[in-house]
Amino acid sequence: MPQSHRLPRGGRIDRARPLHFTFNGAAVEAYAGDTVASALLANGVKLAGRSFKYHRPRGILTHGADEPNALLSVDRGPGRVDPNNRATMVEATAGLKVASQNHWPSLEHDVGAVNDWLSPVFVAGFYYKTFMWPRAFWDKFYEPAIRAAAGLGVAPDAADPDRYVHRHAHCDVLVVGAGPAGLAAARAAAQTGARVILADEQAELGGSLLHETTAHIDGKPAAEWLAESRADLAALANVTLLPRTTAFGYYNHNHIVLTERVTDHLADPAPDLPRERLWQVRAKEVVIATGAHERPLAFADNDRPGIMLAESVRVYVNRYGVAPGRRIVFVTSGASAYRAAADAKAAGLDVTLVDVRPDSAIGAERALIAGVRHLTGHTVLGSTGRKSVTGLIVAPVTADGIIGARTTLPCDCAGLSGGWTPSVHLFSQSRGKLSFRTDLDAFVPGSSVQKERSVGACAGTFDLAAILAEGWAGGAAAARSEAARDFAVTPATPVGFKPVRVLRSDADPAKVRAFLDFQNDVTAKDIRLAIREGFESVEHVKRYTTTGMATDQGKTSNMAALGILSEALDRPVPQIGTTTFRPPYTPVTFGAIIGASRDALFDPIRQAPLHDWAAEHGAVFENVALWRRAWYFPQAGEDMHAAVRRECKAVREGVGIFDASTLGKIEVTGPDAAEFLNRIYPNAWLKLEPGKCRYGLMLKEDGFVFDDGVVARIAPDCFHVTTTTGGAPRVLAHMEDYLQTEWPDLKVFATSTTEEWAVIALQGPRARDVLAPLVDDIDLSPEAFPHMAIRTGHIMGIPTRLFRVSFTGEMGFEINVQADHARAVWEALVARGAPFGITPYGTETMHVLRAERGFIIVGQDTDGTVTPDDLGLGGMVSKAKPDFVGKRSLARPDMTLPDRKQLVGLLTEDGRTLLEEGAQIVADTRQPVPMTMLGHVTSSYDSAACGRPVAMALVAGGRARINDTLHVTTPTGFTAARVVPPAFFDPEGKRVNGIAGTNTHA
Amino acid sequence: MLLVTCPYCGARPEIEFHCGGEAHIARPETPSALSDADWAAYLFERSNPKGVHAERWRHLHGCGRWFNALRNTVSDTFLASYRMGEPRPDVSAPSDTSKAGAR
Repeated sequence: MPQSHRLPRGGRIDRARPLHFTFNGAAVEAYAGDTVASALLANGVKLAGRSFKYHRPRGILTHGADEPNALLSVDRGPGRVDPNNRATMVEATAGLKVASQNHWPSLEHDVGAVNDWLSPVFVAGFYYKTFMWPRAFWDKFYEPAIRAAAGLGVAPDAADPDRYVHRHAHCDVLVVGAGPAGLAAARAAAQTGARVILADEQAELGGSLLHETTAHIDGKPAAEWLAESRADLAALANVTLLPRTTAFGYYNHNHIVLTERVTDHLADPAPDLPRERLWQVRAKEVVIATGAHERPLAFADNDRPGIMLAESVRVYVNRYGVAPGRRIVFVTSGASAYRAAADAKAAGLDVTLVDVRPDSAIGAERALIAGVRHLTGHTVLGSTGRKSVTGLIVAPVTADGIIGARTTLPCDCAGLSGGWTPSVHLFSQSRGKLSFRTDLDAFVPGSSVQKERSVGACAGTFDLAAILAEGWAGGAAAARSEAARDFAVTPATPVGFKPVRVLRSDADPAKVRAFLDFQNDVTAKDIRLAIREGFESVEHVKRYTTTGMATDQGKTSNMAALGILSEALDRPVPQIGTTTFRPPYTPVTFGAIIGASRDALFDPIRQAPLHDWAAEHGAVFENVALWRRAWYFPQAGEDMHAAVRRECKAVREGVGIFDASTLGKIEVTGPDAAEFLNRIYPNAWLKLEPGKCRYGLMLKEDGFVFDDGVVARIAPDCFHVTTTTGGAPRVLAHMEDYLQTEWPDLKVFATSTTEEWAVIALQGPRARDVLAPLVDDIDLSPEAFPHMAIRTGHIMGIPTRLFRVSFTGEMGFEINVQADHARAVWEALVARGAPFGITPYGTETMHVLRAERGFIIVGQDTDGTVTPDDLGLGGMVSKAKPDFVGKRSLARPDMTLPDRKQLVGLLTEDGRTLLEEGAQIVADTRQPVPMTMLGHVTSSYDSAACGRPVAMALVAGGRARINDTLHVTTPTGFTAARVVPPAFFDPEGKRVNGIAGTNTHA
Repeated sequence: MLLVTCPYCGARPEIEFHCGGEAHIARPETPSALSDADWAAYLFERSNPKGVHAERWRHLHGCGRWFNALRNTVSDTFLASYRMGEPRPDVSAPSDTSKAGAR
């Protein structure tokens, strides 16, 4: 496409650096400094997309972040396709492929446009009215059809190959927005020596000064003042300038989050650069200088391509050297459009200005458009054209509201100005309270909560001299200085406007489709319909009509919707209120939010000291808390079931070896250590002799089990506490809480030693035979070293804490050595055990073995509402101790009810069905639905030792139901199961002492 | 993200801390002497004020120490941080922040 609409001179584009990109496959010529929007306009492209609901042809409405229409899919290569980019914010870059959205088969010919003819059906709230019945249609028909039709753009399906980084920064003053107010603020703050960050969402710092071609500041052209300001700031070491950076969220305690687009504008970015950088800034003070958004005017068919904001026309002419049309009609209710009209005329374009205000209300701005066709006291009744505007239908309005003869003003572009809405988003996010200014017809910042101040247009100041002075004073004050400075600006900025809602029309109001929210296709009559149907709250009207709920969040439309609400309800705007502003200000990529937290860095992974050995020996791993644990060790041809059966058999009949290093370990030391444990555990500790271990349940003060583990007394003042794999941090936190806050008089240290000790579990009848030759100085004989004893000594010359404990039901040891020595000891044990068929086993086998014995896993067989007695472990709760954590709660009436859920065993009556963990249990399957559920299955495994599946369950009044038959849900119905005590193999626990036990229920 | 001041380490971002709920609720000396209702009140009942709230914090990923802090639950402003065992400081919330966030 040739640049048919590029002006011969002017603009900040670099005409020496031409480039090409494609739009819907056609080449577009552009210059460095263009946006995709300005380049499309320069190439004469007006039709940029189809609207969301009615598929109406839409063009470019704005020049910035508030763009609701021109949403494009941007393709930067494989995996780099990004939908819904605003054409006004995407920099023209060589090689870019952009495409319009929401049409089929093409932008020019869109079948979906039939929706526009059906618009009487698609009124506000049509979802709620149309798809009510028949109910059965919802799942199969309505929802799939709506989902297929809804949404703009297509989400990419390839993984994002780009890199995103997070950066944390502190500063004295953060200035958001680098227009005249922000630049003045940054300069004033910077000259005090304060650390300043100045961020702006655009590629170039300058804001409105980038298209200011007439004003002089302190005698210099605005562009010159801008260049000096930027150079001054860039030269200062205490200033960080962040162009292409959007401050999108204002959070607590002056925590502001910015997103910086680092490489999107580069045709060939260096590979070491991230695509985006998320800045988390903690600022002592914030200066908000985010400017204002111009409002369009509402009249019938005000959305034709070519109709845009008046100031946007000015921006395209002055900043980009582009004529958005050759014949432009401006329609305004205020003064600022006069400057836009004057600049367009100065660029050689044909200009007409229609002012809806009566002639008598027009001030000094009139002088700006000498020689321009000027209609005052007129209204706009509609527009002509379809894929491009061809004319505006205007008519005079008398003082008493009579509409006169209509005229069609031919045009190929229209510039609308319905006044200005200060961008109070960040202020509102900071929890500041807005106040309404009737003279501005807008909300402005009222009282602050955090340390911030708003300056310039976002505070309702529109005169350039005043903006600069306010910015300077704000920046100085933020840096604790009282420096003030006046600026001389000539000529004066034309300011002031008359609030208008919907332009006066003599047409049937029910037929006038005057668009307010262009992105969500919400018209003024939709708002009125919602009010007629009884919606009055602004929050309800918003959700019912979806006004302001699109990705642009109603930046150009919210005030008009509020105004209509205010008029229709006959209540002033402040009483209507405004919807809540929430982050993000503009859409943020998921990549920027996620940063480096993806793939291997998504979550921390903890590996036990024997991880590598397990990986080398074919282990399949599972995640347990943050740990990656060996799950089972399949041999050639084995599935998990076969591997687990083999591993279980080896432990029951010979010897197995297991990495238990992930067990939490806490060293509790000090003269009061025993007293402390006595208070924190329900069982008795004072008399436990050094060299002995005890199993302990840990309760919270509410009496419920929250962790368990074996505790060994190493010395009178030293205990080796073990916890569940996932529970170590919360157990330590629980201990610290009591030590620091309730019993600070106790002389105790609690230290995490989880990472110091590797734990090798050697379990099975031959465990002693394997271990004995390697131990240097510990007598392993059953008499000298009984079950639940602990000895310190050496194995292969390495210091060890050797536990005679068992979580399998077999005679066994847990060998604690320093983590660095774990592999040497493990490999020696494996070598030494070869004649005995030593078998490494994983967590699945560990689970089967412990379940066969009825040993619980906290968090699997308990759920935070289970007492020791519920588990059948009430006997280990000391009756003699006057107090311990949780004791008083165990005496509450509800904790002793006989129908509490109690841990029992379940055996399916067919002897074959493996119950599903989590399956519900009922007494009678013939009862009506919803049935009375008695509990659920907590653990279920196929047991080789028992020759059948076994399960544990929490069942209401379970111990009184032993030998009853209950019914457990399965994927296909129910299966009958007999209630038994929760111990299936060697219920007397003889095998830990090396005496052969039997299974009970077979 | 809140900026929390640890009385031992200074101001640090919220992610370094764990909040432990309302402060100054001492564990009864002799729990067995309490009625069920009184024990339930100790366990479960909290003041949940709109305004200044004394709460327990632990500098979990820092010094590990528990301390108390006064926070305005309306504005999230911290008014004081103080060590365990020290009495609650006598500070009142500035009036202008007590209304903020009411929307």
